Amino acid sequence: MTDMQTIYLLIPLLPLVAATIVGLFGRMLPRAAAHWLTIAGVAGAFALSVVVFNDVLQGRVFNGTVYTWLTSGDTSFEVGFLIDRLTAVMMLVVTFVSLMVHVYTIGYMAEDPGYSRFFSYISLFTFSMLMLVMSNNFMQLFFGWEAVGLVSYLLIGFWYTRPTAIYANLKAFLVNRVGDFGFLLGIAMVLYFFGSLDYAAVFSIAPQFADATVSIIPNTEWSLLTVICILLFIGAMGKSAQVPLHVWLPDSMEGPTPISALIHAATMVTAGIFMVARMSPLFEMSTTALSTVMVIGAITALFMGFLGIIQNDIKRVVAYSTLSQLGYMTVALGASAYSVAIFHLMTHAFFKALLFLAAGSVIMGMHHDQDIRNMGGLRKYMKITWITSLIGSLALIGTPLLSGFYSKDSIIEAVKLSHIPGSGFAYFAVLAGVFVTAFYSFRMYFLVFHGKERWMEKTAHAHDHHDAHADDDHDEHHHGLGPHDKPHESPWVVTLPLIALAIPSLVIGYIAIGPMLFGNFFDGVIFVDTEAHPVMHELAHHFHGAGAMALHALTSLPFIFALAGVVLSWFFYMKRPDIPAAIQKRCGWLYRLMENKYGFDTFNEKVFAGGSRFLGGKLWGIGDVKWIDGYLVNGTARLIGRISGIIRHLQSGLIYHYAFAMIIGVFLLLSLFMKV
Amino acid sequence: MNAIQSDLYAALPEIIILCMAMFVLLLDLFLKSHNRSLIYIFTQLGLAAAAVVTACTHNVSVVSYAFNGMFVDDPLSDVLKLMMYLTTSVMLVYTRQYVSLRDMFRGEYFALTLFALLGMMIMVSGQHFLTLYMGLELLSLCLYALVAMDRDNPRATEAAMKYFVLGALSSGMLLYGMSMLYGVTGTLDVAEVANALLQGAPDRSVLVLGVVFLIAGLGFKLGAVPFQMWVPDVYHGAPTAVTLFIGSVTKLAAFAFMIRLLIQGLYVLAIDWQGMLAIMAVLSILIGNITAIAQTNLKRMLAYSTISHVGYLLYGFMSAGTNGYVSAMFYIMAYVLMTLGGFGIMLLLSRKGFEADNLEDLKGLNQRSPWYAFLMLIIMFSMAGVPPTLGFYAKFAVLQAALQAGFVGLVIFAVVMAAIGGFYYLRVVKLMYFDEPLDNTPIKAPIDMKVLLSLNALLLLALGMFPQRLMDICAYAITHSFQ
Repeated sequence: MTDMQTIYLLIPLLPLVAATIVGLFGRMLPRAAAHWLTIAGVAGAFALSVVVFNDVLQGRVFNGTVYTWLTSGDTSFEVGFLIDRLTAVMMLVVTFVSLMVHVYTIGYMAEDPGYSRFFSYISLFTFSMLMLVMSNNFMQLFFGWEAVGLVSYLLIGFWYTRPTAIYANLKAFLVNRVGDFGFLLGIAMVLYFFGSLDYAAVFSIAPQFADATVSIIPNTEWSLLTVICILLFIGAMGKSAQVPLHVWLPDSMEGPTPISALIHAATMVTAGIFMVARMSPLFEMSTTALSTVMVIGAITALFMGFLGIIQNDIKRVVAYSTLSQLGYMTVALGASAYSVAIFHLMTHAFFKALLFLAAGSVIMGMHHDQDIRNMGGLRKYMKITWITSLIGSLALIGTPLLSGFYSKDSIIEAVKLSHIPGSGFAYFAVLAGVFVTAFYSFRMYFLVFHGKERWMEKTAHAHDHHDAHADDDHDEHHHGLGPHDKPHESPWVVTLPLIALAIPSLVIGYIAIGPMLFGNFFDGVIFVDTEAHPVMHELAHHFHGAGAMALHALTSLPFIFALAGVVLSWFFYMKRPDIPAAIQKRCGWLYRLMENKYGFDTFNEKVFAGGSRFLGGKLWGIGDVKWIDGYLVNGTARLIGRISGIIRHLQSGLIYHYAFAMIIGVFLLLSLFMKV
Repeated sequence: MNAIQSDLYAALPEIIILCMAMFVLLLDLFLKSHNRSLIYIFTQLGLAAAAVVTACTHNVSVVSYAFNGMFVDDPLSDVLKLMMYLTTSVMLVYTRQYVSLRDMFRGEYFALTLFALLGMMIMVSGQHFLTLYMGLELLSLCLYALVAMDRDNPRATEAAMKYFVLGALSSGMLLYGMSMLYGVTGTLDVAEVANALLQGAPDRSVLVLGVVFLIAGLGFKLGAVPFQMWVPDVYHGAPTAVTLFIGSVTKLAAFAFMIRLLIQGLYVLAIDWQGMLAIMAVLSILIGNITAIAQTNLKRMLAYSTISHVGYLLYGFMSAGTNGYVSAMFYIMAYVLMTLGGFGIMLLLSRKGFEADNLEDLKGLNQRSPWYAFLMLIIMFSMAGVPPTLGFYAKFAVLQAALQAGFVGLVIFAVVMAAIGGFYYLRVVKLMYFDEPLDNTPIKAPIDMKVLLSLNALLLLALGMFPQRLMDICAYAITHSFQ
């Protein structure tokens, strides 16, 4: 094993070891040991990821097996790594954000009784996510996919005494099962038709099947690759929360804020985006699949943005913003601009983690009140949180020169240049989305950091969502600020990650856009059929350096839209707060529609949950209780128990019985095998 | 002169064990009771010396005969002997506290153990019906005495008596079978019997008669149905330390005995003994797994568990191919490691006057000591064959071999029975984790035992994840020793 291979192995193993130690022995260790061990593990993984990144920049690619789990026929299930530039970028993002979140957690979870459990989970998450991105085969991809889902489930329900948290994690789990069902079918089809689960082998065989068809419903012909790609994308829709499988993500905010930043904004939810980019050689062969991807992404980007406008829970605003931004990434995938999607994934990871962590800091300052209607004027009390939030919001809405600008503008340009079916609608959606994004981001920003200090008014708003500490009897002490309390800035372990995340949010786009999108960074990693989908090629023609792009943007449509959004939100929420109230009254039906999140939840609850409960009830009553339990399970158990009791009596303890049994045995064998 | 020298050289490990056994017996006469631990030390040293000699004189892939072909030194014998030293040594560590609390920490215990080991080594290296039989009898006589070590305990003496009478019966059957073979082939040498059978087909029905009696004798040693009746009573009646010995190391010898007799000697008759083994295998798995469910005593439960394991072992043999033998060897190795661990936990929990051999005694172990409960969990999972433990891989290997040999129906049966067997192993886990402890006496044990026991259980996990090395060793031992 070479040195590099050892490093590859160490990167996921360090967090795993830390998670295992802290998870198993956390209760015996002091609290400080829990965070130092896990931070050391993740910091080590981050440092080694930097080494790996430098190594792949030299053009080296590793694709090999490190452990064969089992071989069954011609198919072997292996643990293998594919380390190329795409992987290296993901590794850097995952380990960096994870490291920041680990540090942040020291402050955020300081009083929580589940301190070491939390650290163990987030380290375990880091391991799973790394296994996912470093995989060189579908098997391991699926393992990582499910492992991150599991940790996400555990963390959403981290405060397991709260019914809402349990409801939310169950919901996340079930919705993801729907996505995984498609994903697993996709993988099964890959194995069935291509005969391998190894990426490289699959990609090299796939072109032979470009014109192959399958008939799923008799007498219909479906393009094989389209079916596979759409099935795989259904998996991505579950994990990356695309309409209509998005419903779990807003509810996942029941988990502690650090994991909202790490799992439900920066890393896990982008696994679907990563997966599609990784599968670019397959998706490129099916324009139909790309169109589907693009339309789904566009719907998510625009309509989830709208919902961000009416939310009053600070975390939910950011959550809907995440949904909308994931939609942007998906649109980029649909436009064959995979590198742009990964680029936006990266910039988004930084500024969205920043926004979430800043929101967490505000929540701490407000003594676990999450309602933005009770905030206001916080900039005086929480200087660092204020500045970093501003940076995050500016990056999110796409202010020129900041990171979000480069990635989002590239997406909009790419969609503009795309000609596949649905691109017209997608262009409209992403463009309108810019305005919406700016509006809800700054609505939240103004309500939180500017204006009157509303917690003084001994508010009438009910605290319907609050991020209280685990045991519920703490609630009384952490239930918002009293009229005479003052918010306070968070400790350094909280503000340090904010600053560390603000820096890449500012500059990473400027630095990375040239090499990553238009250089040869992703050569040989992401495959684009330039004949059929020449978007990136044309995009490169319009690009004349990061500075020029920013300058040019000042006159462009997205910038004007963003500016309009900011100004309008200032006017509505700072200058004339009566206007939004009046609109709400006039357009009650629209407001109600949005408050019900377009009715997705109600529909799911009535049709799917209700329907399955009905079906389940029937099956349970007749099939399970009566037949399976009554006759098969308990019947078998009773039968075996009875036989066991009888045979037991053969063991009489009398020696002549024993000898007799032996002699009978001999006679039995003799009579069976002697052929005279 | 040279011939004698090389003969002795081949049997050097046996000579060392023999000398050490006699030395220990003598030493015991001159020691005061508080100095007895010297015996223990010398016994362990003897085992270590024999191990070193066996390893150093091992010629890779070379089969050498001694004493006119009555004794063989091949990779199979070396690997099995090394495993025996290791298992015996670990067993002595586990049982040291137990025997000293029960006033059994005497020269006889160690001398008898070493003589039994010597018998097994001769069985492993025997290439002649007489050598094989001599080894077997040496082993058996020592075991009868060991079972009765606690001579004031009526249950132990009863068990010894039963073991002795039934053992004599089975020896008689074995000898009768051998004499039949001798009558047909005119020789007692394993290789020559094989040759003679290959030459032509002498009276087939007499041969089958001989094989049936041989199988009956073998079945008794292994504890396969319907020759298993002694197993639960002896396991239960014997002191736990001796049960551990009977349950683990002796199975290695029985395995070698089968290889020497059936595969090296009677391979031509495979078509006959395959069927007999299949019947015994199926019955063993059935009776073993189902009767284990009704047991309340842990030792009896493990006795029935042994019977079912023997069934799975026979699956490897009955496929009558190299793959099958390799997987059977792998199975027996895995079985020995699991048994060591299981009885080790029982010995760990026992105290003076308290045997910890009832299932109830495991209740709430997790509250008393989470670590040992976890170790026992691994051991039980491994016995039940839950991945990723060693037991899973062992079952997987034998069943795969049987499947390749075409026994589809029998394999399905074995899998179903493994699921049923899962019940009583998991019941142990349930008792440990979900029930309240009956007593809270702190668990006291010497440090070497604790460490070894932990390693023992963790090894089951580690080898389950990385089984290839052990599999390679088994394949090496089998493929380079004969055929």
